[in-house]
Amino acid sequence: MAKALSPLQRAQTRLAYILIAPATALIVLIYIIPIILVFLASLTDYTLVSDYFEFVGLANYQKMIGDAVFANALSNTFIYAAMFLPASFLISLVLAIAIQDRKQFRSLLEVLFFLPVTATLSAMALVWGALLDSRQGVINSIIQSLGFAPVNFLGSENIVLFSLTLISAWSVIGFNMVLFLAGLTAIPKNLYEAAAIDGADHPLDKFFRVTWPMLGPTAMFVAVTSSITAFKLFDTVAILTHGGPGRASEVFLYLAFLEGFEYFNMGYSAALSLVFLLIVFAFALAQTLFVDRKVQY
Amino acid sequence: MTDILPSRTHFAIPRWLAKYKPKSIGSAIGTAVLFLCAWVMVFPFIWMVSSSMKPTNEVYNSHFSIIPKTFKGFENYYTVLFDQPYLSFVFNSLIVCGGILIVQLATAIPAAYALAKLKFKGSTILFGTVIASLTIPINVTSIPIYIGIVKAGLLDTYIAMMFPFFISVFAIFLFRQFFKGFPDSIIQAARLDGFTEFEIILRLILPSAVPAIAAFSVFSFVAHWNDLYWPLIVVQSQDKMTATLSMMQYQSEFDTNYGRTFASATVVTAPMVIAFLFARRLFIRGITMTGVKG
Repeated sequence: MAKALSPLQRAQTRLAYILIAPATALIVLIYIIPIILVFLASLTDYTLVSDYFEFVGLANYQKMIGDAVFANALSNTFIYAAMFLPASFLISLVLAIAIQDRKQFRSLLEVLFFLPVTATLSAMALVWGALLDSRQGVINSIIQSLGFAPVNFLGSENIVLFSLTLISAWSVIGFNMVLFLAGLTAIPKNLYEAAAIDGADHPLDKFFRVTWPMLGPTAMFVAVTSSITAFKLFDTVAILTHGGPGRASEVFLYLAFLEGFEYFNMGYSAALSLVFLLIVFAFALAQTLFVDRKVQY
Repeated sequence: MTDILPSRTHFAIPRWLAKYKPKSIGSAIGTAVLFLCAWVMVFPFIWMVSSSMKPTNEVYNSHFSIIPKTFKGFENYYTVLFDQPYLSFVFNSLIVCGGILIVQLATAIPAAYALAKLKFKGSTILFGTVIASLTIPINVTSIPIYIGIVKAGLLDTYIAMMFPFFISVFAIFLFRQFFKGFPDSIIQAARLDGFTEFEIILRLILPSAVPAIAAFSVFSFVAHWNDLYWPLIVVQSQDKMTATLSMMQYQSEFDTNYGRTFASATVVTAPMVIAFLFARRLFIRGITMTGVKG
């Protein structure tokens, strides 16, 4: 047997290379070569229209620093994220805590809250566009029946990011809630009993002394994935606002899309893509540093 | 003392309500509030389905009623399904999502098995590349891939719509973790019994990995069904338009019949929502799987 092992091992190695060959070829084609090309393109003034380019060094990055349009898109993205993160985090946490102890209706409520997650956002964006309509929308008729002036949800520069936050939060709350429910279920019951013995009777006491510390890793994970989601805002902007009114809802990814695929400024768009990757990468790094070691499902 | 107990049950309450025994008033209020929130979450769907059965002037009526006053459901859906190309949009989506999933499974499962159970030079580099690629979204690599597709003359083809997703590094990562848990002793025993490695993968590993494969399949299918970004870039003709992309047409006054607009929105949304209602556990596991690193 000892002799037979060596050819077997060689056969196994050969097999391994056959098994990984298609995947490796595709990773090279779809990830490695494109990433190198994006980096190189970001150093050129390539436009698809002329198909001629020169190396311009870091000019695209310098342009970004002085570009008011870029600054506007970045600040829109941060304003949106600053509303989206707390909303999607807190609402789903409260819902998860409210639902988890219930024996009755728990799975029904879970299904109802999760429904928007599976729904096609671009189709639901049309529905939200109608619900938020400034004149005849259902939400405005409720607002008016309460005696307030109608709100121009999607047509007002000051409100449009809030309206997009509302739609995004609606579509993601069920997702975060399920993650929080998984985290809550993993907390051992005897911790609550021990806390009760120590005098933590009030629900808020229980929350701050047991739930929140034990939920830390899940909370961190939800925060990180939600941050990445916030930076990927695209569908509702493309369907409902086109970045408007003015440039009030032009967010990072939508700007990169416009520069690359509407104006064909591939070089500048490549530079924007790399900045986007850097931001996503920073969040992913935060996740591996703070979450992966602790989260256990 | 015991004779006062039966009198409590003499109230004639409906059976479904009798089964609902709140622990306290607070709990009952909590349940009511939760259902109110659930109503808000589900309302856009109710509004959409209701509007899809109305004539245009009734869709934007400030007095919303769930049941249409004039029932246009039949006309709206008939037009959307048979006079407008919505069936072909849905068909395109099915082709693209199905094609992506098949290639993803066919490339990821063998690679994941090799990474989990076989020794070969370069396995660390390959796995490191997989992990690094996990952080790269399509939005970053879209420009070179798009230019490559243009140069190859493949714009507006199914291949172009599927190509960037033919490899799922997430699937490789996930299946590798799953296969690692498969006992080596069983694989060794199968080898001694004369199983070839392919037989081991097909007859031992695959059946044990069905839950992971099913969950990943749901994740992949839903993600690509709902994707707007990539079809928006590579699809040019109505022939190749996906269901999700077709929703872009409405802001260009493609159809000013609002009843029909929301009938088509319902047609686009329905497949994933119905599939979800039939396989709730699998869907919730599949979609939140990105959150389970394990």
